[in-house]
Order: sequence, then C-alpha cells, then structure tokens
Amino acid sequence: MVVFVGMKSFVNEVAATLGGEHIYACIQCGICTASCPVAGEMEYPPRKIIAMIRAGMRDEVLSSSSMWYCLSCHLCGCRCPRKVKPTELAHALESLAVQHGYKVKKTYTPAMYRSFVSSIRANGRVHEFGMMLKFYLMTNPLAALKMLPLGLKLFLHRRMPLIPERAKGKEDLSRIIQKFREVIASQ
Amino acid sequence: MKYYSYFPGCSAGSTAIGLGLSVQAIAEPLDMELIELEGWTCCGSTPYGSLDELEAVVVAARNLALAEKTGLDLVTPCSSCYVTLNGAAIHLEDHPELKRQVNEALAVANLEYHGNLRIRHLVDVLLNDVTPEVIASKVQQGLNGLKVAPYYGCQLVRPHYGSDDTEFPQSLDLLVESLGAEAVPYPLKARCCGGALIISEQSLALGLIRKLLDSAVRNGAQCIVTPCPLCQTNLDAYQSQVNSKFKTDYNLPILFVSQLIGLALGIASNSLGLNTNIARSVTIDRLIKERGRLDNGGGKI
Repeated sequence: MVVFVGMKSFVNEVAATLGGEHIYACIQCGICTASCPVAGEMEYPPRKIIAMIRAGMRDEVLSSSSMWYCLSCHLCGCRCPRKVKPTELAHALESLAVQHGYKVKKTYTPAMYRSFVSSIRANGRVHEFGMMLKFYLMTNPLAALKMLPLGLKLFLHRRMPLIPERAKGKEDLSRIIQKFREVIASQ
Repeated sequence: MKYYSYFPGCSAGSTAIGLGLSVQAIAEPLDMELIELEGWTCCGSTPYGSLDELEAVVVAARNLALAEKTGLDLVTPCSSCYVTLNGAAIHLEDHPELKRQVNEALAVANLEYHGNLRIRHLVDVLLNDVTPEVIASKVQQGLNGLKVAPYYGCQLVRPHYGSDDTEFPQSLDLLVESLGAEAVPYPLKARCCGGALIISEQSLALGLIRKLLDSAVRNGAQCIVTPCPLCQTNLDAYQSQVNSKFKTDYNLPILFVSQLIGLALGIASNSLGLNTNIARSVTIDRLIKERGRLDNGGGKI
C-alpha cells in the first residue's frame, strides 16, 4: 500500500501544477510522441513520461532530461484528443525538477534557461549578448570561441547590443516578484 | 486610425531589430497607432516558466495589468510573447487562488489585473483589422509575383489563441498575396525551427532549420517571410552554419513579414531594417535596386 500512496501522491503533485491539470485525461494513444519533432532525443517521450508519472516514478521523471528537449512547438497539444497539453506539462515538470533540486545530465538547456532568467531578473528584459556569454562561459568556453563569428555577424548587423538596456519597470518588477515570493511562502 | 497598446518584446530592440523597425515603419501608412506600453518588461518567457512557472506568471501579469489600464487591445509582433502573455492570462482565469496571490503582489506597485484584456498578434491585426484588401490598395511597389514562402513557425498558430488553422494556416499567405507576391505552398510552413534550443542543442536545431529551408526551396521559394523574431534569427543568422554542417548552399533571404509589407508600401529599405538581415539573395537586392534605393548597409554571407 505504501507504493500505492507514492503513486497517488506524485500524479497528484503533477496535477496540482499549472500545466499538469489534465494529466488524468490521457488515454495513452501516443499521438503526442508521434507528433514531437524531438521525441527521438528524449529518454522518455511524452506518452511514456505521462505513463511514468501515473506509475509514481518521481525520481526517474524529474531527473530525466526529456522535458528539457521540449521546443514548445505545441503540435502535441493541438493534436491531443483529450486536451492534455503535453507542452505545458513539460514546463511544469521542468519547474518541479528545479524546485526540488534535481540535477539534469545530457543537456545544457537548464543552464541556458538559467542565464536567460538571470538576465531578466537583472535588467527587466533579456539581454541576449550577456545571456549567451554567461551560458557559454558556464558550460563550454571553447564553444564560445566557435560562436565568435556568429556573434560578430550579429553585432555588425546591429543585432547584438553589448550593453544591456535596463527596462523602466525593472524596479517595480523586482518589488512585485519579492512580494509574490513572500505571499507564496506564507501560504 | 485604430489605436493599440504595443508590446514590442525584448528582441525587437536587439536580435530582431529589423522587426521592431519595420513594424514601426508600416504602422502609420496602415492607419495603426501603436502606443508602446509604458514600463513593459520581459513577457515572462518560456525559459522563465521552465525554471519557475508561478513567478513567470507574475512577470507576465504585471504587463497584463499595465495594458489593461489603457483600455486598448494589446498587440505584440513577437510570437513567443503572444503565447506567454495569453498563457498567463488563461492560468489566471483558471486558477482564482493564484490570481488572488498575483494581485496581492501586484498591489505593491498599485496594479491589479482583472482579466479583461485582449492579447493579439500583429498578424491577426493586419489580417482582421487592417485587412488584405486595404493593404493591397496601399501597395506602391507590387512584388510582381515574387515567390514567397510564408513561414508561420509554431507559436503564431499553436496553441490555438487565434483563429487560423494550427497545421495548415492561411493568414500569412493572404497577407503576402495582398502585396502582389505569390505565396508558395510547402508542407513545413508551420513546423518548428528549434526555437531557443539553437543555443543549447545546436546540432538538433540546425537539422530542423535545414528541413525548413529545404522544404521552402524545393517548392520554388525565392525568399521566406515570418513574423517571429526567433524563427527569423534561426533561419537567417544560422543559415551559413546549416550550410557548413550539411554541405548545402542555401542563400535565401529571410524577411519579417512587416519588412515585405514595407517594401511593397514603398518604404525605404533602411527604415525597414533590411540592412540588419544577414542572408540575402539577388532577388531581394534586385527588387530594392529596381526601386532605385540602394541598400548600402549589411554584408553578404
């Protein structure tokens, strides 16, 4: 029965997220996996990961790299006969994995997202140059060298400003985020 | 004149500067008054939602609350902002408790989001408010049957926040044809370019970009147009990387649809940021030269 309780709790945990709400509706038809342009890269493609969630395989799901390959193309969700929205489920799983400190191997996407978000938190908007520089230095400085010609090309075409533009609403945004964290923590 | 609240998105001032410039340039001739949303910040974005989905909703909600106060429809030219802002609005509608918490946080800046905002994509506005008929009536420089592959990408049509078909959409085709160009049919017009994974999973994304270029070229396209800043960057800036990886020789101009509209309206190419596009082919250059306005910016790959 302990196993059963574990099963229940993980699927409930997912169903309580934004994006995981429709997980019970899945009929395992597999059209999500068949439609996914990157299913071949995933350890567990969308249909399988839903089955694993419902089987209570929390560690396997949250430590996998699968959801980090999601391109947000939403083809799966548009074709799903049960309106499960696997794209949103993928982002909910990513968010859960981060929240619970799971480390993901095999893909640099989490590191890329982290530099993206820290750019937003610092400037109120994304500063692509800073974001990409941070990402390459954090993961693979050699790749940064390889990317130099592309960066230069973008820079010469006025598409890569070196100095971040600080959004006017940045201070307000920071205060709102701070308050929101307090609200969530208190409830 | 129609009035809109305008949300450019972060990239319209940087990697997609050509989008920002061309949208501003076509607004007036098409009788749109795009009033930039005062104090806007990042929309919330997919990466933010992937790391902290609740906090991403708050980031979006601040923009929504600002826009709601204006009483105007919120228009964005960025497909990704369009999806993020609409997605957040739906989450807030579906989860009243979350909405209460979000509004409690927004209150520190005297903001509140009620849920009475229409978030629209620029393509929707061009198609349904401006209309192809009116655009056609304002064309100065017909495109003489230029073969254009309309590339929708994903987020303009999926998930289904607009009214176009999610797999075989028509909206861009209609806009392109109103300019006197020929919209080339090709099967991958609403398939994914790899999105932001071009940074973290480059070889995977390059493969997807190659398929798109291949599909468009095989069907006779002389150029590709898209509304999406990320799609344009992937197809344009990474085209030479596709060529070196796959030993191909694509040299296809990738324009924002607003740039193509601007050209047809007779707007100078520099005002449309055409010199910030990277991959060029003779076709567009010749088109520009024929119009007697030599584009002296930008290089060739």
